Amino acid sequence: MKTKIQPFWPSMAAIFLAGFIFTEVADNEFYFFASYVVLQAVIMATAWNILGGYTGYVNFGSAGFFGVGAYTAIALHKAFGLPLPLLILAAAALSGLIGLGAGYLTLRIKGVYFAISTLAMAIVLETIANNWEYVGGASGAYILTPEDSLFFDSYIEMLFMLILSLAIGSAIVARYLSTSRIGQGLAAIRDDEVAAECNGVPTLKLKLISTSVMGAMMGVAGAPYPFFVTFVDPVSAFNLLIAINAIAMPMIGGTATWLGPIIGGLVVGGMQEIITVTISSEMNLLVVGVMLVGFITLAPKGIVGLVQDYLKKRRAR
Amino acid sequence: MFLDLFLNAVVAGVLLGGFYAAVALGLSITFGQLDIVNIAHPAFVIVGSYTAYIINENFGFDPILIGVLATPFFFAAGVLLYRFYYATFERTGQESLSGLAFFFGIMFIIEVVLIMVYGVDYRLVEAGYIGKTIHFGFITIPIRMLAPFLTASAITLAVYLYLSRTFNGRAILAVSQDRLALQLMGADPVKIKQLAFGIAVATAAIAGALVIIIGPVEPSVGRLYIGRVFAIVILGGMGSIGGTMSAALIIGIVESLIATFYGPSWAPAVGFTILLVTLAFRPQGLFGRA
Repeated sequence: MKTKIQPFWPSMAAIFLAGFIFTEVADNEFYFFASYVVLQAVIMATAWNILGGYTGYVNFGSAGFFGVGAYTAIALHKAFGLPLPLLILAAAALSGLIGLGAGYLTLRIKGVYFAISTLAMAIVLETIANNWEYVGGASGAYILTPEDSLFFDSYIEMLFMLILSLAIGSAIVARYLSTSRIGQGLAAIRDDEVAAECNGVPTLKLKLISTSVMGAMMGVAGAPYPFFVTFVDPVSAFNLLIAINAIAMPMIGGTATWLGPIIGGLVVGGMQEIITVTISSEMNLLVVGVMLVGFITLAPKGIVGLVQDYLKKRRAR
Repeated sequence: MFLDLFLNAVVAGVLLGGFYAAVALGLSITFGQLDIVNIAHPAFVIVGSYTAYIINENFGFDPILIGVLATPFFFAAGVLLYRFYYATFERTGQESLSGLAFFFGIMFIIEVVLIMVYGVDYRLVEAGYIGKTIHFGFITIPIRMLAPFLTASAITLAVYLYLSRTFNGRAILAVSQDRLALQLMGADPVKIKQLAFGIAVATAAIAGALVIIIGPVEPSVGRLYIGRVFAIVILGGMGSIGGTMSAALIIGIVESLIATFYGPSWAPAVGFTILLVTLAFRPQGLFGRA
């Protein structure tokens, strides 16, 4: 067997380095705010795809996991003043646990029923946050940005590098899950769960891994969010837009590979930032909805699928 | 005093539940009978609300009358939507998950378009009876709740009679059970499903008018109904109209009691919690066969 040079690790290192140079060169803080939003979307899309794309279980409740991450960070920050890395770990743990619960749900609830119950779960979590006075209840919570921004020029540059590292981390996890034996097992579940079970694939164990990793990753994306926006209320942390983005981006990018959601996140997220600035934020929502419906009906394999088909055609010529 | 509060809450719950049945009716047909997970149904209902609002604002017609008059247009829109859905998803056999994401996208598009055109302000309708109340001893009944309850009961009964008494109605019930047998009886399953989907969307016109009579509406109100209507349809045993009515009454009463004794901010979670518990422990619903 020929050993091929894997371009994956060098390119991840290159992206990290490029991000670091970016913080040293760029002055306009807007770029960091915009990039933060896009990278957060990339994490959410990657996380969604670990369950939705690899296993075939559609999650409508991404906003629930994200919101749990954000509120875990708020509560622990308020109670103990923990530093951001610990808050992220705690958010990952709690959202991962809720993901584990959702995984046990798949024992009894399949297909569209699972999708609806995830949506239900998100609303129940939102209602709890709405009634939880310690973190502000329905009127929301303010977070004071810590003065300390490590060795970066400003706090937002630090947050940008943080979310970039988290995005790279989630890409590594997603790639590992799809290329390893676990990925093969998940694909078997997606194609035919009963047949997979009959062939000795440990379906429950794999589904639990998949839902827990998905939940934890979304929690990780949510934890730094309060520090980014400095004001969080249940409506913004559990917003349906988060859920629709988490579905639309992988579907637009392509759900079959780990790369699809990243491309979808970058393309759709980048476009959203541009449209929000140049036209209006309502228009950006409309474009996402229309693109989602358009890709599902016209190009179900997403951008990655379109490119693959195109390359195949060109090679055949 | 407690009894007072309790009885008033139960009466309000019954009125609320009857009204929920109207909102869930369309989904009971599409999801329960046709196996189409039309998660956008509550969004269609909100389109019905805005239709009632626009015409009421400009011409002063009664909202319920507007709802009834709008049904043919909603019916036509439903037929077109089903044709598109059939051609894109159902014929190629990938309806379940792609179809679900498709309707999720449609729901989102409707909401955003409404926000773009009418903003996020709450809208309401005007009619002579809104704001009046009837008193029976210590029980107070606002007409704002009674009129939707009566209208909802009437259309639920009408749909029930249509499904059980007419040829096309029975064909709709049959298409969910055995497509092939239906074809052998000389009915085209696609045409029957198209008819059923049209009727389901048509009910949203009236349900929407009822929503905006009960309270002011803004574009994202539809989301709150997603949990309720799915809970009602699944609890009611998927597609049984009687089951839908009973489940709607249960959810209405529970919500009303929770809102009275624990505070209205908990009420939205009721439908979703019942839905989760039902799915986890009794997926065939209260009235379904095991």
